[in-house]
Amino acid sequence: MSKTGTDRVKRGMAEMQKGGVIMDVVNAEQAKIAEEAGAVAVMALERVPSDIRAAGGVARMADPTIVEEVMNAVSIPVMAKARIGHIVEARVLESLGVDYIDESEVLTPADEIYHINKTDYTVPFVCGCRDIGEAVRRIGEGASMLRTKGEPGTGNIVEAVRHMRKVQSQIREIVGLSEDELMVYAKETGAPFELLKEIKSEGRLPVVNFAAGGIATPSDAALMMQLGADGVFVGSGIFKSENPAKFARSIVEATTHYDDYKLIGELSKGLGTAMKGIEMSTLTPADRMQDRSK
Amino acid sequence: MTKIGVLGLQGAVREHVRSLEACGAEAVVIKRKEQLEEVEGLILPGGESTTMRRLIDKYDFLDALKNFGQSGKPMFGTCAGLILLAKEIGSISTGHLELMDIKAERNAFGRQRESFEADIDLKGIAEGFNAVFIRAPYILETGDDVEILATYYDKIVAAQQDHYLACAFHPELTDDHRFTQHFVDMVKQSQKKLASL
Repeated sequence: MSKTGTDRVKRGMAEMQKGGVIMDVVNAEQAKIAEEAGAVAVMALERVPSDIRAAGGVARMADPTIVEEVMNAVSIPVMAKARIGHIVEARVLESLGVDYIDESEVLTPADEIYHINKTDYTVPFVCGCRDIGEAVRRIGEGASMLRTKGEPGTGNIVEAVRHMRKVQSQIREIVGLSEDELMVYAKETGAPFELLKEIKSEGRLPVVNFAAGGIATPSDAALMMQLGADGVFVGSGIFKSENPAKFARSIVEATTHYDDYKLIGELSKGLGTAMKGIEMSTLTPADRMQDRSK
Repeated sequence: MTKIGVLGLQGAVREHVRSLEACGAEAVVIKRKEQLEEVEGLILPGGESTTMRRLIDKYDFLDALKNFGQSGKPMFGTCAGLILLAKEIGSISTGHLELMDIKAERNAFGRQRESFEADIDLKGIAEGFNAVFIRAPYILETGDDVEILATYYDKIVAAQQDHYLACAFHPELTDDHRFTQHFVDMVKQSQKKLASL
């Protein structure tokens, strides 16, 4: 008797991605560059986040033609984004055979209150989080992998750092709480109690947590690893840089050897210009993708 | 205590470390080829084989890993690690380390939605072993001195050739450490054998 779509199979898939870089791509050619550079997976999109920002309007699931084109081009896993709460986009992506769905705030949410009940699906989901409450609620809904949100498409690491530090410090806080303090903590953070108990006893989240949203250089990637990320998502940072293949390779290496500063120094030499970033204070509240879900 | 390395370039490294420790061995995460001298056996973990191969090449690991195996020290490849050990890989015919006389097929059971867990019997090692297959490969053909340890619907999913052990699934993802224990025992035996040479 074999069972598909179990927690172990879905979470295990993310475990295999650890220490790796997942890259946003918009066509087969970029997917091949990413695979060649050593990406552990690619995220097939119609536009990278910085272009979504520039284009404005409503951002939706990618055209399935693009997703299929990318799936046919590479042998590494292919992920794709569905709008938050958009059950049908998620089912469509599942039927295409994508390996992971990102229920993502980078796209315009379809539901401002409810996320998808991800336990219903055979395909695993990754979701964004800014703190332990969001992280544990998403796990409660069935997410098999997390990523801290950062602020997508900005090339500015500050929000990614804020969110990773927050989640990591809250995990340490939970470990230090007594059992009788845990219920109030659950109430205050809106995190399901049973999952908090599990975090307390294991000393870590029950799923893999990557960093995302603003990683633009090898040093950025290494920084997120040092802050406790299991791996990194790089969206606009690669294909909006001057030399995508070189940036991609360098970010992969810096993620593996995140505490080898001499190597990261070498990797950073003559890389060319990174993507042009955005200062956070210039974003209006409506520009902040991270605030689109809770 | 027996020291066993886990290749730590990418993938499920922490889980193998935990499993080795549960079997009473000391685990060392190997990120530099010089570290291979410290250990008596090596696990090649699951992850993305293309990513691992790129990092192996980048850090000049390939010959060091081949020499490690050829010196008689045991190696255990799980999932992507099986791909690395194989002499041949499906359609592309050449392999990576090419240490074990098996022909492997990547992602042979399909994509992630086809990933599954099932109870299998590991010949002489464990019955009713919960095996987790994630975008898993399987073994298409084996050489004459390769012992087949497990099949799933006629597909070869675990095998051993002397001091090389390989499986298509992830023994590190469950709390059943019997297969890892088998590898730890292989390393202990080889330590004795190599010491007496």
